[in-house]
Amino acid sequence: MSYAATHDQHDDHHGAPKSFFQRWCMSTNHKDIGTLYLIFALTMFFIGGSFAMTIRAELFKPGLQLVQPYFFNELTTMHGLIMIFGAIMPAFVGLGNWMIPLMVGAPDMALPRMNNLSFWILPFAFLLMLSTLFSPGGAPAGGWTMYPPLSLQSDSLAYVVFAIHLMGISSIMGAINIIATILNMRAPGMDLLKMPVFVWSWLITAFLLIAVMPVLAGAVTMLLTDKYFGTSFFNPGGGGDPVLYQHVFWFFGHPEVYIMILPAFGIISEIVPTFARKPIFGYKAMVFALACIAFLSFIVWAHHMFAVGLPLGADLFFMYATMLIAVPTGVKVFNWVATMWGGSMTFETPMLFAIAFIILFTIGGFSGLMLALVPADFQYQDTYFVVAHFHYVLVTGALFAIIAAAYYWLPKWAGNMYSEFWGKVHFWCSVVFVNVLFFPQHFLGLAGMPRRIPDYNVAFANFNMVSSIGGFLFGASQLIFLGVVIHCVFFSRKKATDRVWEGAKGLEWTVPSPAPHHTFSVPPVIHDEELAHGNVHA
Amino acid sequence: MATAGLALATFGGAVQANPHPWQLNMERGASTWSHVPYDLNNISLWVCVVIGVLVFGAMFVAMFRFRKSRGAVAEKWAHNTVLEVVWTTIPVLILITLAYLATGGLTSWADTTGSQMTVKVTGYQWKWRYDYVSYMGKPIDKVGFMSRLDKQSDDTRQLDSGMDPYAVKVGDEQTYLLNVDKPLVVPVDTKIRFIITGGDVIHSWWVPALGWKLDAIPGIVNAAWTNIKEPGTYRGQCAELCGQDHGFMPIVVVAKSKADFAKWLAEQEAASGKSLPPPAPIDAGTAATAAATTPPG
Repeated sequence: MSYAATHDQHDDHHGAPKSFFQRWCMSTNHKDIGTLYLIFALTMFFIGGSFAMTIRAELFKPGLQLVQPYFFNELTTMHGLIMIFGAIMPAFVGLGNWMIPLMVGAPDMALPRMNNLSFWILPFAFLLMLSTLFSPGGAPAGGWTMYPPLSLQSDSLAYVVFAIHLMGISSIMGAINIIATILNMRAPGMDLLKMPVFVWSWLITAFLLIAVMPVLAGAVTMLLTDKYFGTSFFNPGGGGDPVLYQHVFWFFGHPEVYIMILPAFGIISEIVPTFARKPIFGYKAMVFALACIAFLSFIVWAHHMFAVGLPLGADLFFMYATMLIAVPTGVKVFNWVATMWGGSMTFETPMLFAIAFIILFTIGGFSGLMLALVPADFQYQDTYFVVAHFHYVLVTGALFAIIAAAYYWLPKWAGNMYSEFWGKVHFWCSVVFVNVLFFPQHFLGLAGMPRRIPDYNVAFANFNMVSSIGGFLFGASQLIFLGVVIHCVFFSRKKATDRVWEGAKGLEWTVPSPAPHHTFSVPPVIHDEELAHGNVHA
Repeated sequence: MATAGLALATFGGAVQANPHPWQLNMERGASTWSHVPYDLNNISLWVCVVIGVLVFGAMFVAMFRFRKSRGAVAEKWAHNTVLEVVWTTIPVLILITLAYLATGGLTSWADTTGSQMTVKVTGYQWKWRYDYVSYMGKPIDKVGFMSRLDKQSDDTRQLDSGMDPYAVKVGDEQTYLLNVDKPLVVPVDTKIRFIITGGDVIHSWWVPALGWKLDAIPGIVNAAWTNIKEPGTYRGQCAELCGQDHGFMPIVVVAKSKADFAKWLAEQEAASGKSLPPPAPIDAGTAATAAATTPPG
């Protein structure tokens, strides 16, 4: 019962700056900055979600009822950009900010002032991007991939390019910070191969970010100069090549896909052992699989481009390389199942989301394998089959992992328990409706419905209506999540223990709940048996 | 109605070539090659289903057997080399099999040699242009036309048109957004080479019944082939986002018997000799304007 006392003590003694502006805008504290990232991501998630709701409303039945086709394209484009760069990525950075120092026994991030800057760039980047919705030419409407020549027809290209530059700078600074923290700030005894898998996943992700964000910056800068400065990188009229953009973009874009899923793998690898009360199966294999997937992500980019007319040899190479990814990914899934086997499982909300992640992400992986087969991809490419595929890996994959992490660590952050009942209501609503939303989209794609169209033949009407109904209910279910979080932080009377979960292991559970403003000012003495992966023999 | 649709969706693999309500799977298609993606799709789907049943099955067994509420006590092991080698090797073998099948299919697709007919396809915002280049070794002169969304669909698809998409029909077939003013006419049992390019932005020429799509890219000429087995009407759509009316530039291919096609081609040649200007020059800079001034049909 000592935690309650500790809680009050810490709030007073190590208290954060009292002024709101000083505390949040000038923060150099990894926990406060982590919180800012998470709030920002949640806000963007609801904004991006509102675009998705409008899209599903227009697609509810055949015929145009709500929006003009051009505005529909603005919606799909902004939905993708906001969800990827505004919701999923900042959420993972927020989780990393909060948890990495706590997990490795560091007092803070290695570069706290840069940490502040990398967060505070983001709101401005997204204001710039969202402002285009209200500009005369409208928001970008060429898809989040911004393929030229189409993207060059947009009047708001410059806004998006600058917004992407800002996000890229933010991401690179965040990645540098994470690498510096993990490599330099670990408490004595926290060997690399004793680190939590989540920390490993972020270390690898950070290297991916540093490698590819400059590539994206280069690609969009060439778009900018093509439009405004008379260059012809991608303009065939001047000797350029539109396909060149796609190669450069996807050299960024495929590692980007793994930037959005590797930290999710890390989160699941923390949650499953906790609630199975059994160490993770094959720790080293899990870390090695992460590294393998990261490496492979650099040599598969053209599988997004099988329909552009690549030479036969290139088609074959990218098909084989893509299929290889199934091996390390399979290892991860098998290891999670083996972690459960022989455990002593309970099913609190974080575990429920983690289990749903494993099943539904694997389904997304299956359709990914099917998409890798070039002749089949000739049919799947740019259809709703692809839409279903990447929403399974990004919504029931990345997003479910983020939600699982939020439930898992929220008691540590807030010091209070969330409502388990409402958490479970949120889970069951989400997991049912997300499948009603996305599973029928496989059928639509196989039947021949292209993606990014605002209207369709009546043959596609039934499954579109089912999908839209699932979409509205899934969207509404996320309001439950908002309610659970607000209740937990401000109103919950059930205090969290330091360890929170019976089976939880690792340094983050040795500090009080809520985690005091400053932790590990003195490096902790590490006992291997307290760590989740303290006794790794293989 | 719905039951019939479902039955059709489940068993009607080769019944129809165009999408139908409640359709669940890809169709076999209508060309000599289109079974390749269809077969790969089915094989890989079943491979995934089997793996999924095994993995998720093991997971559900674990969830029921090893619950704390049933008194399960956690074991200590966290490693098993034999098991890990096995579940790394088996996927590799499965992947090699799938890769072998896909490689064969892809190689046959990439071989455009020995074609008996060539059609040039150009994508524009937001219509297609078809130019007949040669047939049976003989060049074709001045047979080419634009192919746009049909007027009935176009009127119906306007925001708040108040018109019913279900009322757009050709015979019994509901053709909303899948019909054009002038379809591409080709012969059956003929290896047709398509050369595909774009006039302004990137489009993608896709008729599901032919088994593939290929991007129409300005400045690049792509090639693909088909050989349609049965006469019929095969519908498709642009499959690469190309601007506001991306959803409204369908593709219709009408396959006729060789005799009927020869007759159709002769009529077209005779008509074009009198009235049609030569095909628009395809150049990224001027194509859009040229296309706009070419009279339809």
